[in-house]
Amino acid sequence: MSGWLPRSPKARRRLMLLAAIAPILAVAVGLTLWGLSDSISFFYTPSQAAAANPPPGRSVQLGGLVSVGSVRKYSDGRVEFTVRDQKASDLVRYQGDLPDLFREGQGIVATGSFAKDGHFEARQVLAKHDERYMPKEITKALKAQGEWRGDGAVAAYDRAGPTQ
Amino acid sequence: MMIEFSAFALVLALCLSFAQFGLSGLGRWKRSLTLIGAGEGAALGAFVAVAVAFAGLMHAFIVSDFSVMNVAANSHTEKPLLYKIAGTWGSHEGSMLLWCLALTGFGAAIAGLGRDLPRGLKALVVMTQGILGSVFLAYTVFASNPFLRLTEIPVEGRSLNPLLQDPALAIHPPFLYAGYVGLSVVFSFAVAALIEGRVDAAWARWVRPWTLAAWSLLTIGIMLGAFWAYYELGWGGWWFWDPVENASFMPWLVASALLHSAIVTEKRAALPGWTVFLALAAFTFSMLGAFLVRSGVLTSVHAFAVDPKRGVLLLAILGLTAGSGFALFAWRAPRLAPGGLFAPISRESALVLNNILLAAATVTVLLGTLYPLIREAMTGDAISVGPPYFNLTFLPLMGALLILLPAGPLLAWKRGDAIGVGQRLMLAAGISMACGVLALILISPRKGIASAGLAVAAWLITGTLSELVTRVRLFRGSVAESWRRILAAPMGSWGMTLAHLGLGIFVLGACFETGWKVEAAETLALGQQLRVGAYELTLNKVETVEGANFDADRASLTAVRSGRVVCTPQPERRFYPAGRQTTSEVAICTIGLSHLYVVMGERRGTADAGVWLVRAYWNPLALLIFIGPLIMALGGLVSLSDRRLRLAAGRRAGAAK
Repeated sequence: MSGWLPRSPKARRRLMLLAAIAPILAVAVGLTLWGLSDSISFFYTPSQAAAANPPPGRSVQLGGLVSVGSVRKYSDGRVEFTVRDQKASDLVRYQGDLPDLFREGQGIVATGSFAKDGHFEARQVLAKHDERYMPKEITKALKAQGEWRGDGAVAAYDRAGPTQ
Repeated sequence: MMIEFSAFALVLALCLSFAQFGLSGLGRWKRSLTLIGAGEGAALGAFVAVAVAFAGLMHAFIVSDFSVMNVAANSHTEKPLLYKIAGTWGSHEGSMLLWCLALTGFGAAIAGLGRDLPRGLKALVVMTQGILGSVFLAYTVFASNPFLRLTEIPVEGRSLNPLLQDPALAIHPPFLYAGYVGLSVVFSFAVAALIEGRVDAAWARWVRPWTLAAWSLLTIGIMLGAFWAYYELGWGGWWFWDPVENASFMPWLVASALLHSAIVTEKRAALPGWTVFLALAAFTFSMLGAFLVRSGVLTSVHAFAVDPKRGVLLLAILGLTAGSGFALFAWRAPRLAPGGLFAPISRESALVLNNILLAAATVTVLLGTLYPLIREAMTGDAISVGPPYFNLTFLPLMGALLILLPAGPLLAWKRGDAIGVGQRLMLAAGISMACGVLALILISPRKGIASAGLAVAAWLITGTLSELVTRVRLFRGSVAESWRRILAAPMGSWGMTLAHLGLGIFVLGACFETGWKVEAAETLALGQQLRVGAYELTLNKVETVEGANFDADRASLTAVRSGRVVCTPQPERRFYPAGRQTTSEVAICTIGLSHLYVVMGERRGTADAGVWLVRAYWNPLALLIFIGPLIMALGGLVSLSDRRLRLAAGRRAGAAK
């Protein structure tokens, strides 16, 4: 054994273990920090997005209610609809099949990015499995705006809201 | 009447669980065999009582007794029988009852089967299982009782969410829960060992079969869940790094680490503290999963039965049980005797490295899953952590683990021979490098990472086979000798070989599917075509069909490859009037080990000229993704049948007494 290693076998084993754990831990921590700073996506409602103004192309999530009467489906598979909260709204463009639970007046979360002209290019549109369920972020944002009227009030809200 | 009887049985089960805790604990303290025996009796009784309650609820679902609130909210007279039965565990209340059934079932199994356990240790295990049973049964009785009646009986129920009306999902919860809750036994063993202040080889040998059983069931449960997501959601994917998926994956990772560390503790009496720590952590992650899935604190696409108020209660249970477990650990673990010494290059070291990597991977998954909560509490920003994070953190750690894996089983205990192992793995390394390079050259489009993944998969498979060849001395000794060695090999080593092969097969499928999947989506009028990979799909007709409890638009397509009809997929778009929900029923053609996956989307266009959105995926070798975990679980079961785990455990117990 080389001279610089500790004499007692117990201490030597501890050192060995440390030598194995330290690099793995360092790599894990480094990757985690990098991942958490770089590959998370922020959630905005339309008015929050207007305030935060994320750079075009940055992956974010846009959540809100689908405005009644705003959904346009084209025969080439494109869909356009407006997602809104109480103060603002954004035009969303999406290519593909909408989730089975997608309905006007319902809360949805779209993942994608804002284009330069301000519309939202969605890569994925999520509505929830459960028709009674509203995405948590949306209920929270609506509550913050004083617009929450309890469960099942979404339809009423949409009728009462300002017409687009 | 039957419902009242079931509700009574549930309360009785709570009382019996409490008695199980009290009698076993007192019996251990007073060293009274009578009290210990009474505690075991109470454990059996608690299981029978929960089983009666569960049967009562199932009966209410089968006969559609809508006077029961739970049945009215989750069932419907027109639902097929299988889904009426599955409805029993389709809701928050019912799934907690299933959890309690598994919990008391495992308690009864220890009481009934653990004849070879030292009486003191066994009493403490039964006692801890009784504490867990009391806590979860109390939660079920007082906060989540499935037997509440409605004063106004509805004519029809609200039906189970149609997405959950699926054979794979009907049997997914029982497997998953048996796996989750199976880890409670390991937790109880850890608590008992800490109280007794002794963790030895015999203890590890008793812990291992329970871990193996729970791990195998959990593997199957997770696989069924992924399979369900794959063909029921219609997104073409099978794993989304969704919080609910992570919630089931973390206990699996910890259980995998525990399986390996328990071997070290069993064979070499080393790492006792770490093994006990993992045993506590495994069930803690199970409870964390139960909390995450039900509380709705994290936004998930799979969240079901969400109820924030009761979520707080579950969090309290989690904090209380896991907190006491780890407090006990902090207090007692320093007294555990450290085990045998080993050299830096040895089987022990390899297993330690396996554990470090698995633990690090678990922590990255945990952080990614909980980070949205932490971030929101600290800054108020709502964020989501998606697949990019997990690909960046989890995959490199797992990659390192998979690359090291084949060397582990070839190393000797105490002091291994690195050069010898290297020589034995030369061939495997060569073959897998060649596979990777060939994949890079031959498969178009060219994918670097997927090719590297393919090489890793080949490395796992060939490396595991090399170990098998070395073990039975194939090509070295005579055929007769190899045959003798094959017959004499313990089931445990066959189990390991199977599990490692299964992992390799899974990695192979996952790399192919993620790397070379082809996707196409187009709106088609009748007679039009869509090209996906080498296949040409033609939409022939769309008709309306009527199912048991739904109406569907069914499309008929033909898939043609080089002029020959390969299959005729019939995807559906179903409308369930009971819940006013639409779902899409994917059509999957299995061609070899690959899948041609066709989804029918919405109808677009004008009323008379209909066009339909059709999406199709070519998922190469996708079947391996689901076969791999099945082989792994089979490996676990084969290990479980090892005679050493039963006979030697008994012999050791005799010696220890």
